Amino acid sequence: MTQPLVAIRSVSKYFGEFQALNKVSLDVRAGEVLCLIGASGSGKTTLLRCINQLTPVDSGGIWLDGELLGVREEGGRLHRLTERQVARQRLKTGMVFQRFNLFPHKTALENITEGPVQVQGRNRAEVQAEAMELLRRVGLVAKADAYPSQLSGGQQQRVAIARALAMKPMLMLFDEPTSALDPELVGEVLGVMKELARSGMTMMVVTHELGFAREVADTVIYMDHGAIVESGPAAEVLGAPREVRTKSFLSAVI
Amino acid sequence: MRTAPALAGGFPDISGMTVARQAHWQRWLAAAAILLVLAAIGRAFVNGQIEWSYVGRFLTAKAILEGIVNTMVMAVLAMTLGIVLGVVAAIMRLSPNPVLKSVAAGYTWLFRGTPLILQLLLWFNIALVFPTIGIPGLWEARAVDVMTPFLSALLGLGINQGAYTSEVMRAGMLSVDVGQYEAAQAIGMGRLRALRRIILPQAMRVVTPPLGNEFIGMVKATSLASVIQYPEVLHAAESIYYANSRVIELLIVAGSWYLLVVSILTPLQMLLERRFARGALQITR
Repeated sequence: MTQPLVAIRSVSKYFGEFQALNKVSLDVRAGEVLCLIGASGSGKTTLLRCINQLTPVDSGGIWLDGELLGVREEGGRLHRLTERQVARQRLKTGMVFQRFNLFPHKTALENITEGPVQVQGRNRAEVQAEAMELLRRVGLVAKADAYPSQLSGGQQQRVAIARALAMKPMLMLFDEPTSALDPELVGEVLGVMKELARSGMTMMVVTHELGFAREVADTVIYMDHGAIVESGPAAEVLGAPREVRTKSFLSAVI
Repeated sequence: MRTAPALAGGFPDISGMTVARQAHWQRWLAAAAILLVLAAIGRAFVNGQIEWSYVGRFLTAKAILEGIVNTMVMAVLAMTLGIVLGVVAAIMRLSPNPVLKSVAAGYTWLFRGTPLILQLLLWFNIALVFPTIGIPGLWEARAVDVMTPFLSALLGLGINQGAYTSEVMRAGMLSVDVGQYEAAQAIGMGRLRALRRIILPQAMRVVTPPLGNEFIGMVKATSLASVIQYPEVLHAAESIYYANSRVIELLIVAGSWYLLVVSILTPLQMLLERRFARGALQITR
């Protein structure tokens, strides 16, 4: 069996007394689309943020592309990586936020080119050409020079996806990418994500869009109280759940 | 096709009527009263013991013009020093490093906690503490020669301003949504690069009005440097009235120049605000 792209082993995370993650272990293969579902507070967003190291884990480990994230093992103890090393590890993942978080003082095009030019130090003209291609892919070429305040929520989120893709990540993380959108704008964002899934991108998606999960996900994971309750192929978990908690969650959502 | 349900009677159609202008006679009355008071004050000054010809003559006297130039040079240089120190102190204050945090907090505490005029006098008289200053073995000089009125005023005003500016900058940086910092991290930026490229440009929009305020304060605070012999405009006015005893006339001259400078700065600040409002929705005029 080939090595998984992401290997999560016994990851726990506390916020004060509250246990957000309870010994979570999980493998994600390259090219797999994995959807995380569950009630709010079940730990799915925290798990995503741990993979991108926006939230440090308290115990356990996450390996991405064979590399342990955030810490290094030496002499039987773990040592935190420097900020620079963490920033370098983050380049392998792209993150899409619930609230878009586009840079409001930069145009759509500048939002996309900022990382490749400033962080990766790449040639500006070359990056701009790639950025225009990404804008074409998300259907927003005409909005290249628009500021985020001039875009609808759906358009902003599509620019945010292009911004993450511009870094050429091996893994894309989506944190409830359609939760902050008006209902009529959800479809355009899901459309971009479906196209991305078809292109073979490895994706981890925290979502409440069960229709999207059913159609696109290879694997669906149901989380509750910081632990994985049930995981398996989308059709099985969503169509014929084994666990009582999964069943009651699904019947409450649909 | 569906027909609309019948509407209730008793509510006439007023859509064709115009709204009558209000009289606002109270406003006219208040304006007239204020004009009357202003006229009375103006008349009192015209008939008072002021030689207006002196005001006109000294308004463009060489010493006064040099004074206002010195005032502006000092205000711009001290404010620049203040902003540099303020940004550095604010970044230190918001860093996770407790040593940097404490240093920045101590700096703000010390220089906000003592009067500006006292700090100016301390810098000017520092030779009493350290007769010679310099780097051992490299460069050394007598403190009286180094601490000219210009340098004392620059250090005193700039370092004091930095303590205030650091709080303005910190407020501006805290006003930027934490999601912006996370988005910057997610595209691989380190703390300092995220501050420089993402956080500070957005904070500038928030801090421009208070910084404009601080700069106007600085223009006037330079007048305190007259006590350490820095030849700014108030010092020039004082030197002249010590000789000719036209105290009020020369104070009016100095006051007019301050008013003129501040009047020019206000529209400049608006231009700056427009520059930093890039990408923001226009919510105010």
